[in-house]
Amino acid sequence: MGLVLLCVIWLITLASTYFFVAKTWWLPAGASAAAAGIDHQFAVTFWIMGIVFVAAQMALGYLVYKYRDGAHAGHSDYSHGNTKLEIIWTTLTVILFVGLNLIGSPIWAAERFRPAVDDATRVEVTGMQFAWYFRYPGPDGKFGATRPELEDPSSGGEAALGLDSKDPASKDDIVTGIMEVPVNREVEVILRAHDVIHSFFVPQMRFKQDAVPGLAIHMHFTPTETGSYEIACAELCGLGHYKMHGILKVVTQNEFDQWIKEHEADKQ
Amino acid sequence: MVAQESHGHAAPQGFIRKYVFSLDHKVIGIQYYFLALTAVFVGIFLSLLMRIHLVWPGANLPLIGEIKPETYLALLTMHGTIMVFFVLTTAPQGGFGNYFLPIQIGAPDMAFPVLNMMSFWTTFLAYVVMLSAFFVVGGAPLHGWTGYAPMSALQSSGPGEGLGADLWITSIALFCIASLMGALNFITTTLDMRAKGMTLMRMPLTCWSWFITAILGLLAFGVLLSAGILLLMDRNMGTSFFLPLGTINGVLTGHKGGSPLLWQHLFWFFGHPEVYIAILPGMGVASQVLSTFARKPIFGYKAMVYAMLAIGLLGFMVWGHHMFMSGMSPYTAFAFSVMTMAIGVPSAIKTFNWLGTLWGARIRFQSPMLFAIGFVSLFVSGGLSGPFLAQPVLDIQLHDTYFVPAHFHLIMGVAAIFGIFAATYYWFPKMFGRLMSESLARWHFWFSFIGTYAIFMPMHYLGMAGHPRRYSSLGEVAYLRPLMPLQKFITYAAIITIAGQLIFLWNFFSSMRSGKKATDNPWEATTLEWTTATPPPHDNFGGHTPVVHNGPYEYGVPGAARDYVMQTDPATVAAH
Repeated sequence: MGLVLLCVIWLITLASTYFFVAKTWWLPAGASAAAAGIDHQFAVTFWIMGIVFVAAQMALGYLVYKYRDGAHAGHSDYSHGNTKLEIIWTTLTVILFVGLNLIGSPIWAAERFRPAVDDATRVEVTGMQFAWYFRYPGPDGKFGATRPELEDPSSGGEAALGLDSKDPASKDDIVTGIMEVPVNREVEVILRAHDVIHSFFVPQMRFKQDAVPGLAIHMHFTPTETGSYEIACAELCGLGHYKMHGILKVVTQNEFDQWIKEHEADKQ
Repeated sequence: MVAQESHGHAAPQGFIRKYVFSLDHKVIGIQYYFLALTAVFVGIFLSLLMRIHLVWPGANLPLIGEIKPETYLALLTMHGTIMVFFVLTTAPQGGFGNYFLPIQIGAPDMAFPVLNMMSFWTTFLAYVVMLSAFFVVGGAPLHGWTGYAPMSALQSSGPGEGLGADLWITSIALFCIASLMGALNFITTTLDMRAKGMTLMRMPLTCWSWFITAILGLLAFGVLLSAGILLLMDRNMGTSFFLPLGTINGVLTGHKGGSPLLWQHLFWFFGHPEVYIAILPGMGVASQVLSTFARKPIFGYKAMVYAMLAIGLLGFMVWGHHMFMSGMSPYTAFAFSVMTMAIGVPSAIKTFNWLGTLWGARIRFQSPMLFAIGFVSLFVSGGLSGPFLAQPVLDIQLHDTYFVPAHFHLIMGVAAIFGIFAATYYWFPKMFGRLMSESLARWHFWFSFIGTYAIFMPMHYLGMAGHPRRYSSLGEVAYLRPLMPLQKFITYAAIITIAGQLIFLWNFFSSMRSGKKATDNPWEATTLEWTTATPPPHDNFGGHTPVVHNGPYEYGVPGAARDYVMQTDPATVAAH
């Protein structure tokens, strides 16, 4: 029985570890400025925890085999523990866990402690059951007022956001169904939700943030590679949660300017 | 210690008072256990339907028909709620705690037998109310076991958020009341009812785990109860605790000024200690069983006690780690993250001590031991994904993906369940007077152990690939479609593992009827429950109160007549 346990525990450990190490399934390739730091922290955590995982499971398997009862077995050790050992492994764990945490903290601080830079591309992202809408402030650089009582999701676009046409700042606002941003320039995201909590998640951008009704949450990220990325809602928001997705298109600055111009022309 | 007379009550003779509205902690313990046993199979069945729907979305199931996206979310909500409350909280504490805490400390019953009975029947009522949510108009709620507002606070946020959600909240509120009564009883019993010689530091680690769990319950369930009442008021009485100005599908909700994050704070202030409420008794049982079947004293008894106390204390300071992506101040994340990492330390101490217990042991591989070893393995596997999720910077990628269900299912789900299985195989002979079949138990172990890893290990991979949780279908988001083979593998593993649980069910009920008769101490164990008759008489020790001379885990004692010294044996063991 001891031998069977040893084999099963070791096999499970090796098989699980194989798929991690072979990266059969892994984080999707990062395409933002934050990706390198986050992925590095993930890798450090992964290697440390991976080594502890393999060591602990191997030890468990070995001990149950080595100390199985039977004709060969000697008398069990009459020991109530070892204070010195306890102190050693407690100290080691404190250093390991708290240290790991401290290494990762600067990355978190860089992502979340400072506001977006002044020349960032500003996009307001609004979640509602079960769609994302994106709003750009237009040439005046100001978002016009929105009012909940004007919201009309069935009409889509500006009406869905409840844009107040009486506010002069709203005249040039652009509302779109896909999000387009220029590459290598910081994007300031202003997250809102109308009804329930949603979560704006773009795996390749290493970006996730809940959109909460009643709050306007300011965040930022910097895409570094052009392409088309899927936005998936990551907070349970109702029966259509699974299909609440959108597209983030990262394009060159020229393409972006062109795209904005077309939308502005449409507004006239 | 309190005199026995004030708690002794004559054995009732009528069926109703003996088996239904019983004051006997042993009967109440078995009632709790059976409630949890029905609940766990309901919960398993719901997860089976979810797994089938995920990989065969259009499947037309007999009796149930086709599962719609909203049905999937209702299944998910009820699976989580039933498992967390009516299985993981009920079986280890209400079931085994009730039955064995008084016996292990040498008491004739719990401190408040009537309160104990009320606590069970309130739990039972809560369970009935919970299940009734399936059968009302709109069905069960969709908002997940965490019930985040505004979704849970607005009747119009989806099907199931009407009467179904009201029943769901009411059930949880009732459960809180029951748990508060139970917690009070456990704490008083542990402090006041210990037999002569049963000092706190001679209590079996199971008793320590039930004691600490009860303290956590007393502090946590009151908060959830309050939050639940506020939520009911938001839903039905026009208040706006959790509701800001907002609309649903363009219609104003009529609320303003409330905070959705307030619900999350209140919920997780309960929710995180709840994790430890589920797992601490499992740690206690694992320690008890490992020591017994390793024929060795537990390694570092005191460290084990302090580690559990530390886990309990720190457990109240980390609720914010569920909220790193919620919009909470990013500065608080740092504090919550450090505290969370700190919990890893006592958890690691426990793991080291379990391995230390096996070192130099003489292991008997009987069924309780297999599950205790399984517990340690799963505790390690589930625990080590904790330091990933404890770091806010990694949660940017991992939060609300499958990595999270992978983590908590391994640790608070299946490790805790392995604790319950170990306890079941260990105490079944004492509770029912018969032994369970060892060969069936082994089959059950292999199915469960390998199956569990096959189900939950791949969920880490899904999470890393960015698969959000709580999706009823993979079809809409393009980058999820390539993950279908992995989802299929998980579903096959789940079906096989669930089938393996039928072996347990068969073993349990057939052994109850016709298992081999058990002796008073079939495992050659040392704690007080093994000194009394099998099953124990109404007053637990047949008219006398045991006197305790030794610590709980005196195995492999050199020079002793047998390889173990029971707690009631005359003091032959040198003080240590």
